[in-house]
Amino acid sequence: MKADLDRDLVSSLDEALPEESHLDSGHLHRHDAGVARQDRRLAAGENRAARVSLLVYRSISVLAALAVILILLWGVLDLPLFGRGNNPVENEVSLRYLQSGLQEGGAVNLVANMILDYRAFDTLGESNVLFAACCTVILLLRRIQDRESAVSPLGEASPSALPEDPVLALGARVLCPVILLFGIYIILNGHLGPGGGFSGGAVMGAGLILLRNALGTERIGRFFSYRTFRRAVFAALSFYALSKAWSFYTGANRLPSFIPAGTPGAILSAGLILPLNIAVGLVVCCTMYGFFALFEKGDI
Amino acid sequence: MDLLMTVLLALLLINAVLVVCVRNLLAACIIFMAQSLIMVLIWILLQAPDLAVTEAAVGTGVSSLLFFLALKKIRAIGRGKEDAAHEG
Amino acid sequence: MDLQALLDNRVEAAAIVLFGIGLTTLLLNRNLIRKIIGFSFMDSAVFLFLASEGYIEGRTAPVQNILSARPAGAFVSPIPAGLVLTGIVVSVSVTALMLALTVRLYRHYHTLNLDEILHLARREEE
Repeated sequence: MKADLDRDLVSSLDEALPEESHLDSGHLHRHDAGVARQDRRLAAGENRAARVSLLVYRSISVLAALAVILILLWGVLDLPLFGRGNNPVENEVSLRYLQSGLQEGGAVNLVANMILDYRAFDTLGESNVLFAACCTVILLLRRIQDRESAVSPLGEASPSALPEDPVLALGARVLCPVILLFGIYIILNGHLGPGGGFSGGAVMGAGLILLRNALGTERIGRFFSYRTFRRAVFAALSFYALSKAWSFYTGANRLPSFIPAGTPGAILSAGLILPLNIAVGLVVCCTMYGFFALFEKGDI
Repeated sequence: MDLLMTVLLALLLINAVLVVCVRNLLAACIIFMAQSLIMVLIWILLQAPDLAVTEAAVGTGVSSLLFFLALKKIRAIGRGKEDAAHEG
Repeated sequence: MDLQALLDNRVEAAAIVLFGIGLTTLLLNRNLIRKIIGFSFMDSAVFLFLASEGYIEGRTAPVQNILSARPAGAFVSPIPAGLVLTGIVVSVSVTALMLALTVRLYRHYHTLNLDEILHLARREEE
């Protein structure tokens, strides 16, 4: 009985800590072992040459990395002192953003003003990078899953099949609404204080991930399916692209807004910055959740 | 602030070296998570609260989660193969 | 090298050493997961360098006061913060992409060692 318990403990420990010997030094699996042995015998002559070339490669790469560090540190010596105002970064561009950001953009948070008003085109590209990355992960992990499940019905043990830990489940259920609410607060408050679409979207994505772990895949699939994901991301990106296209149409001078600017500091102010924050937040939230779902199950 | 900054920078470098030294892959991922946490504190000291909020959610939360999930998936694939070899 | 100057600019110096450590990990470690971690360290080193350029001692984060607008001299530069903000989110998507590629490679070759993957791939070609 005790021996069994011990063995269980050891195996569970083994499960908890992926061992280097298994993953790192990359041992070949059984059906490859014979071939590998043959290979090794054949390669015995080449072995010496390979070892020498490996040594040469290692020393060259260490030298290269050291050279990079030293050259860059030499550059650091000529930088202006840290934390002083005579830094060349402090030029007329940032002065303009700081001085007239409040009048021109209307957002109290001058960083939000900069990334969603003066440089909104940049942020559009950034959101598209996120979307493209998510698409690539879908391509890489989704198709395999079909093939895998077709070949072996056992597949990989899905986490929903594991026995649920009541403490974790209850904790997640209590925490989820708070985290989601906090994410929404960060997004809606992006123009009034630190935060905005990127950070709020990431917090909301993390909340959704927690919700998925607490409720299980089926129940969250009822309100967040692949279709929801596609529609939300598409709507957010196209809204962003259209508003930016409109800004180009009117002369590419910042992001002009037909929405009355409102009083700075009120939640409904700063023109297009609030809607754009919501759009960016949606894209980031969906992407973060999508990454998790794809890695976990190979589907959203 | 100067002292705290120096300590945090030293921790940052120690962490980066530790990733290479530590044998276990899971431990490496956890060190990566700790690295993100240190970066959060550094952003706050550098007067960039936007960055701190983003790094806390993205670097510490989602990015580390993805590392853990990838490790778990890799282990599951490895174990599945071994089972198949046993049965075959 | 002038050590005092390096100590005065210690944030930048630390960022560059971190970059170097990440680069070394990327070059020397054969494990794909560790290569990805090294790459992320290089990412955060670049972000640290950029953000430290915008910092000015005694100034606060660029959030205006509604009641009494403060002069531009009271804030740190918003440009590095804005650039790094988008960079952080893109870096996580790059990490996810690399991890997905790693999972796929492992599925095919059943090893995380890059040398072995290259060896197996070469043998497959022959």
